Amino acid sequence: MKPDDKQIKWVKEPKLGLSGRMYLGPLLDGLATTARHMLSTARGDGMTCQFPEERPKFGNPLIYRGVHRLNKDEQGRVKCVACFLCATACPAHCIDIIGTQSPWEDREKYPQSFVIDELRCIYCGMCEEACPVDAIELTALFDLTGASREEMIFDKEKLLSVYDATIEQEPMRSRQGAGGQGHSAS
Amino acid sequence: MSSWLEPLIKTGLVVAILNGAVAYLVLVERKVAAYIQDRLGPNRVGPWGLLQPLADGAKFIFKEEIIPAGADKVLFLIAPVLILATAMVTFATIPFGNLIPWKGGTITLTAAPNMDIGLLFVFAIGSLGVYGVVLGGWASNNKYSFLFSGSLNMETIIARQAQTGWWWFAVQPLAFGVFLVSGCAESTRLPFDLPECEQELVGGYHTEYTAMKFGMFAFAEYLHMITVAVLTVILFFGGWHFWGIAPYTAPENVTWLGAVMHIVVLTVKTLMMIFFFMWIRWSWPRFRYDQLMSMAWKTMIPLGVLNLLVCAVCQEFLDPADMLTRCVLGWLAVGGCVLYAAMSAAPQGRAADVSPPVRPL
Repeated sequence: MKPDDKQIKWVKEPKLGLSGRMYLGPLLDGLATTARHMLSTARGDGMTCQFPEERPKFGNPLIYRGVHRLNKDEQGRVKCVACFLCATACPAHCIDIIGTQSPWEDREKYPQSFVIDELRCIYCGMCEEACPVDAIELTALFDLTGASREEMIFDKEKLLSVYDATIEQEPMRSRQGAGGQGHSAS
Repeated sequence: MSSWLEPLIKTGLVVAILNGAVAYLVLVERKVAAYIQDRLGPNRVGPWGLLQPLADGAKFIFKEEIIPAGADKVLFLIAPVLILATAMVTFATIPFGNLIPWKGGTITLTAAPNMDIGLLFVFAIGSLGVYGVVLGGWASNNKYSFLFSGSLNMETIIARQAQTGWWWFAVQPLAFGVFLVSGCAESTRLPFDLPECEQELVGGYHTEYTAMKFGMFAFAEYLHMITVAVLTVILFFGGWHFWGIAPYTAPENVTWLGAVMHIVVLTVKTLMMIFFFMWIRWSWPRFRYDQLMSMAWKTMIPLGVLNLLVCAVCQEFLDPADMLTRCVLGWLAVGGCVLYAAMSAAPQGRAADVSPPVRPL
């Protein structure tokens, strides 16, 4: 891009008028700005959320990337088909799947074990993007804590229980047409 | 009351009140800062965070005290004490009320009453503190401003404002401006906290201090702020005087109610002044060092001298009771100074018609 390119917009520093050069005006302006913020906070419009007592509000919980869950189908079975696409996509290598022959007619494989190390996970959402059957999703649970490392390694049962705990607030994206429009629904 | 007991009680009272006040000013400062920044500030210790100062104090006391191996132990230990002591001693001459009735007589609410050089004493002691060393000399150009008041005794200064009903702020706006700026500098608070820059730098002189010794430095800073606020109120906002609710009373008809009103008025005014200092701290950016110097030498000192001149002329040619003329003259002087500064300042911003530079690519 050349300096005389028509697309470049040259911004000029505004000239200070007489009142600006008298110092007092700008100084009072500064005081007024801070006073406005002080009063609005005093009225209760502050940014702070009193976290443990008060839950923060999300713009759209459906696109928040928190703790994972494993979705269930209509018969309450795990939707996962153990295709390993999520584990392959995962940049942190935190998904560990052992697939085995499915006991059901409609698919070949299912996960005998499905383990996610929540401490290793970077919550990028690539597993969710990769999943062809919308089996793995990231929920809006953000305050995940644990007393030990072992506790933070979520197995299949735990991930399915996250589904039970969050399905009321966060419907499955495949049925919703996704949290954001344009998200590919199966 | 015996002659040694009275100052002792008053000193004890002042020290005790100041200790409590400083502890809570830290909380107020944090709250003001938080509210200005759309936050809530400390609110977990006690209702509205009111027990926070106790928690802070307990923390300071129980933290490990470290004396660096290479330090001069005596000096290292003396420094915080010295700073705190000098900050406290300034309060000896500052009145915290007017008079209270006592067994037919009256008691002056000043630890060391009727000190004729009271104001000079405060400046002298104030510049003893390490805080004042860099900028304290600056405050010394204040004293010209006070020739008008006819006295350096603070009780007299207040009494004169109370008797005339004119606060010196209205009559001496130029001196007020100069004093306010130097006062901020004296207490090394923003926008003049160059020795500290506590937001971004390690705090220079008190880097190696830990636990309560560090707390004492912080304590002294807030004491300085109280000093400057009280002085501003006494010199320019009529001290304990307020029209109607706290008028001037002759020593022979002082009542308890009046005495309490005087204390309340002085306290409220001081708190408002302190709030103002906190407000500007979170509103204005810090001066650069050369800006500070050019402001001190090219603006403040000439203004001080000009003010001296105007005052001298007024004292010579005006009737002592003619406050209105002084007031008008004072504000005219301020307006003239501000306008002159604006006109002589170089126009800001680059010239608007500069075509964009064309560089060879």
